[in-house]
Amino acid sequence: MTLLSVTSLGVQTAAGRPLVSDLSFELAAGARLGLIGESGSGKSVTSLAVTGLLGAGLVATGSVHLDGVEVVGAAERALVPLRGRVASVVFQEPLTALDPLMRIGRQLAEPIARHRGLRGAALRAAVAEALDEVSLDEKRIARAYPHEISGGQRQRAAIAIALGSRPRLLIADEPTTALDVTVQAQILRLLDDLVDARGMALLFISHDLAVVSAMTREVLVMSSGVAVERGSIERVLSAPADPYTAQLVRSARALDGMLGER
Amino acid sequence: MILELQNVSYRYRTGTLALDDVSIAVRDGQSVGLVGESGSGKSTIVRLMLALAKPTAGAVLFEGEPIVPTRLRRFRAAVQTVFQDPYSSLDPRQNIESIVAEPLRSLGIARGADARTLVAESLAAVGLPADALTRFPHEFSGGQRQRIAIARATVCRPKLLVADEPVSALDVTTRIQVIDLLAELRASTGLAILMVSHDLSAVAALCDKTVVLNAGRVVESGSTAGILATPREDYTRRLVSAVPRLPAT
Repeated sequence: MTLLSVTSLGVQTAAGRPLVSDLSFELAAGARLGLIGESGSGKSVTSLAVTGLLGAGLVATGSVHLDGVEVVGAAERALVPLRGRVASVVFQEPLTALDPLMRIGRQLAEPIARHRGLRGAALRAAVAEALDEVSLDEKRIARAYPHEISGGQRQRAAIAIALGSRPRLLIADEPTTALDVTVQAQILRLLDDLVDARGMALLFISHDLAVVSAMTREVLVMSSGVAVERGSIERVLSAPADPYTAQLVRSARALDGMLGER
Repeated sequence: MILELQNVSYRYRTGTLALDDVSIAVRDGQSVGLVGESGSGKSTIVRLMLALAKPTAGAVLFEGEPIVPTRLRRFRAAVQTVFQDPYSSLDPRQNIESIVAEPLRSLGIARGADARTLVAESLAAVGLPADALTRFPHEFSGGQRQRIAIARATVCRPKLLVADEPVSALDVTTRIQVIDLLAELRASTGLAILMVSHDLSAVAALCDKTVVLNAGRVVESGSTAGILATPREDYTRRLVSAVPRLPAT
């Protein structure tokens, strides 16, 4: 059974405006896929539809099978066991993804307790281990509130929380876009290592071709809610078949070229 | 010399030193990139350069002299700005003509038919159609809004444009178009540009000179090509090497 199977997914607003149309792709356990698109491409809406997190007023059609369970049209009750245990999401802005009124340690303990059934000393040890895994100083960070730590530390904490439930699929939606470039490099390396070490599948969503190419070999390019191209990142960069992709690659190459030889 | 920070320090009321002995100069027609990460002091420098704050120590000089109140109007006409977010920097209730004419009104430069002529010229120079005049910001895309903001900033023919992350909120193709527009305006009008950005490729595309900031200090400054190819300081090397690059094909 494929871990994630998206078939003819459509997402519309209540007024009937299509945000995503006829989107199909599969992601096997341990595989990686990059979802590339600019603003309005429907890439973030896709990540929400996959986890059944679409906001009120957005309607999904078609089919999303996550670990064999149909997500489209499913009751909240059917989705709860999938979230965290099967799929977790890391969002762009860790400041809004984290609860501002709860210490990082408690936010991290929650999914670990719920999904792994740990309590007391064993739970505290698991929290310390999870913080250590994302290279955060356990003593300081566990007691801190989100506003007391830096943007990079917050995103590390958000990653630790997403991974605390031991998901088999990690969806990372522009996880480094809000971060400084040196911090971005560290977070990308961290994600790459953790996904590898745990054999997780990764759906990596970004507008940045260079960032995606550091994380995945297979990519799907979206424009105005439609998949316009898919293939290996090398092929998409060297011989884009779709005019939109060609324009995107040309622009990215032009900016990259400004930086000169490596 | 249009604008200069001379050995400027800036301390917040909380006691934190945001800038420590920073000197930066922008000459006529020059394009300077200010590069740094969060907390480097970029935004504080912008506020000082726009005379929106006063330094704790050191001097901010406009055409070689301090910006005293009697020179403020002249300063505002000569030094204009474009912000990062084209969605929050344009008043949604005003039409484009009124938005672009704002500096002409507030600085008492032109009104009536004269103002209309200047606004139309300014919009044409940023590549927007004449029928944009009567429309409202929500009818335009992010890239077009940034063009409107640039039209507003250049309508009074300033000598220096302070552009604070002007392309960071834009998609990559639009980003290039706005960079090209700024380069064209510079070539056609001799406009000097100070571009603040965390994006090294945008700075490389537009700026001859680059100043690298870290933790409120100037780490390194010089020609942009030199800084990218042979950075002298460790911090600059780390910054340059952290920029994600496309695989070669």
